[in-house]
Amino acid sequence: MGDRIIKQVYLRAPLSRVWRALTDQYEFGEWFRVKLDGPFRQGTVSTGTMTYPGYEHCPWLATVERIEPEQFLSLRWHDFDEASGMPIGDQATTLVEFRLEAVADGTNLTITESGFEALPDHRRIEVLRGNTEGWNIQAQNITNHMNASG
Amino acid sequence: MPQAEHPNAVAPVFAALGDQNRLSLLSQLSHGRARSIIELTRGSGLTRQGVKKHLVILEQAGVVFSVRVGRESRFALRRDGLTGAQIYLERASKQWDDSTRRLRTLIED
Repeated sequence: MGDRIIKQVYLRAPLSRVWRALTDQYEFGEWFRVKLDGPFRQGTVSTGTMTYPGYEHCPWLATVERIEPEQFLSLRWHDFDEASGMPIGDQATTLVEFRLEAVADGTNLTITESGFEALPDHRRIEVLRGNTEGWNIQAQNITNHMNASG
Repeated sequence: MPQAEHPNAVAPVFAALGDQNRLSLLSQLSHGRARSIIELTRGSGLTRQGVKKHLVILEQAGVVFSVRVGRESRFALRRDGLTGAQIYLERASKQWDDSTRRLRTLIED
């Protein structure tokens, strides 16, 4: 239980390969499903268009907060709630951090997303995140999370 | 912001959870029975006033409720108050699973 998402994945590839997939605008775009207008540069705003099927009309906007080559990348990612009628630049952000660590025969990638308290409500899920399939929530999960965090 | 006015608002829940002391109070309350401020203060490293302040924030976010037992208030977890935020996190989490699967395909193939 908590206020953030932490994902840890082990990837069977050298750190430099993973770093390229995170920071090359085309490679990032391929797995994140966004067409970026330009490369990530620290302190600049990244613009683009989502390519997720069914959401191709949604803009992408993020501020590239910090780049530490082959170690760390953080983005402040803007919510896009169409129904609000607000320009994407005025919409709330969450913070996404990518951390890399070289390990035997591969790389550990840790993704953290935080700052959900800034979001106006859960509509964002329906717009950009309602497109995931196969997940199922059970009330019991809450208990499990709570107990696991004890 | 009282939850009753914004039944779908998850932001206040995340704001309430974004504090180590409050997470730890919730964790204690997750083990079942309602507890008094005195019980919750024990071993928390906080003053009674501090615990009370955090409980008020949790109560306003709708994740804790209080009941009057004799002369003291006891606090308990309100699981339904956490469900919206939990569903949100589960969905966002699943989206990251999908994304990292595509990332893996891209770099391991």
